[in-house]
Amino acid sequence: MSRSAKRALVLGAGLVVASGALALAAEPGHYGYGKPATPAEIAGWDIDVRGDDGKSLPPGKGGVQQGAEVFADNCAACHGTFGEGEGRFPKLVGGKETLRADRPEPTVGSYWPFAPTLFDYINRAMPMPTPHTLSAGDVYALTAYILNLNDIVPSDFVADRDSLPKVKMPNHDHFVWTDPRPDTASKPCMSACAADIKITSTAEGKDLTPRTTGPLDTMQPK
Amino acid sequence: MARRAFLKFGAALAGGVAVGAKASEGEQASPPADPPWSQSLGAGVVDRPYGKPSDFEASVIRRNVPWLTAGTESSVSFSPLQDLHGIITPNGLFFERHHAGRPDIDPNQHRLMIHGLVERPLVLTMNDIMRFPSVSRIHFIECPANGGMEWRAAQMNSLQFNHGMIGCAEWTGVPLSTLLDEVGVKKEAKWALVEGADGAHMTRSLPLDKCLDDCLVVYSQNGEALRPEQGYPLRLVVPGWEGNVNIKWLRRIKLGDRPWFSREETSKYTDLMPDGTSRGFTWLIDAKSVITFPCPEKPLEKPGLYEIRGLAWTGNGKVKRVDVSTDGGINWQTATLHEPILSKALTKFTIPWRWDGKPALLESRVIDESGYVQPTIAQLRKERGTNSVYHNNSIQTWQVKPDGKVFDVEIG
Repeated sequence: MSRSAKRALVLGAGLVVASGALALAAEPGHYGYGKPATPAEIAGWDIDVRGDDGKSLPPGKGGVQQGAEVFADNCAACHGTFGEGEGRFPKLVGGKETLRADRPEPTVGSYWPFAPTLFDYINRAMPMPTPHTLSAGDVYALTAYILNLNDIVPSDFVADRDSLPKVKMPNHDHFVWTDPRPDTASKPCMSACAADIKITSTAEGKDLTPRTTGPLDTMQPK
Repeated sequence: MARRAFLKFGAALAGGVAVGAKASEGEQASPPADPPWSQSLGAGVVDRPYGKPSDFEASVIRRNVPWLTAGTESSVSFSPLQDLHGIITPNGLFFERHHAGRPDIDPNQHRLMIHGLVERPLVLTMNDIMRFPSVSRIHFIECPANGGMEWRAAQMNSLQFNHGMIGCAEWTGVPLSTLLDEVGVKKEAKWALVEGADGAHMTRSLPLDKCLDDCLVVYSQNGEALRPEQGYPLRLVVPGWEGNVNIKWLRRIKLGDRPWFSREETSKYTDLMPDGTSRGFTWLIDAKSVITFPCPEKPLEKPGLYEIRGLAWTGNGKVKRVDVSTDGGINWQTATLHEPILSKALTKFTIPWRWDGKPALLESRVIDESGYVQPTIAQLRKERGTNSVYHNNSIQTWQVKPDGKVFDVEIG
């Protein structure tokens, strides 16, 4: 072995020792920071329900009539008694056969692909001022009521962990879950790229734009 | 308040108003006059222990579109790009998108739980997270609905309201891969659910490959703690992907074998096509650029030599080239890109322009390192119609009129 090769070996050994001291490996638990999550801690926060198959839906159940009562108390102020939406708050019903129209109305009934997603969303985010405070039974009942308002389930429907994943949403088959982009391609032309340019629309005079100087604007379109 | 302090405060206020009035007249401050601020004693250090902009910059603020949403708690605000320079967005001006308002979280009580298909489920405090090896990286975050009001026609005569749902910052935190290595990823795991601690419990699914590639769990923005509006004390940064997946107030990461199809990735943040189908999991921010001067908020004063300025960015990596047209896209010239040109970050471009006082149509067009060319709105409409809301990355056209005023237009 040449002298330089021996030196390289010695140097290599030195590096191994040094890297051990610097603790560069990354096995699980290597840093040892934090505390193991206990089953009770996980149970408190593990609220997600998988949309497409309802995995992790909790025990409990609720029907349409109960849902109507919970809805009137907790939801109707914004969403309207029958889910029609107050002001600019979201409509929850209607919009059937509008997705190809000039002005589509995507709602739970016309757009949402999975029924268990409705349970998950109400449970985690609603009612807006006091989210995640309703019982599982009340969330099931609201889910049943909104599905019934959209004529997706009958009025005697009872939502629970078995029935909800079986509900087929009308728009279920119309989602593509792989991104087809890039869906445009062009060569960056540099000169004489177009013959005639016409302005096809302008924001001038539309009175939709809040002011961008001075205090915040409270304008509404005329 | 003590009487003396009150008097002093009142005098200072009155003085401030007087100075402002004089300065606006411009005569007593311009040469040969010595301006009042040069003939008086200024405020001392720690007069403002946490600094703030000059009172004369009071118009440079985030703004909302009151008619766009039912209230401000589930809404957006837009960054004043017309008054920003360079590639870093000041923390107080970074755009906001909340779904259940801005929570005020005590960092000592905040926890990050990592569980699901992992070897060692963990609960981490902020102190725990800050002990991990840290990195600092500059990335943009853009709401995919930026420009969403322009699908149908030119509507908003404003740079701020058409493009202001983007910001770029230096983020400091822990690579998500480090945290996932620490808990040990089980081999069945393919997806991660990421969830916020706000009232929306905002939830998205991310492919594990992206988590391990370049995602960051960050506690710092431009050198200081995250602002509450940006997720204090902890948020996720998903470089180059739509803003909504950059979960703020991050409290939970759960690994699983399939996506969760949450409300935010089914009923929202999906793109409705003219044939009635919808695209889901369209995370990537495609390449986009915009001229930030001139713009509707910053018209031209008179004919002469100007520097056209703008910003370009792409979720694909780095900006390779930006071309600028002053005749609505008939002829183009390549602009100068300014260092630093960073991956998945805003990149500044400029080009000199002598305006002759005639009508002009200003456009910029970015090409990124993948070879992708920023499309026209006509190209996007041909593929996607006008109802897809998200991912409008089309070329912006600014119409310059002979009086120097600038308007948002679309051309064909």
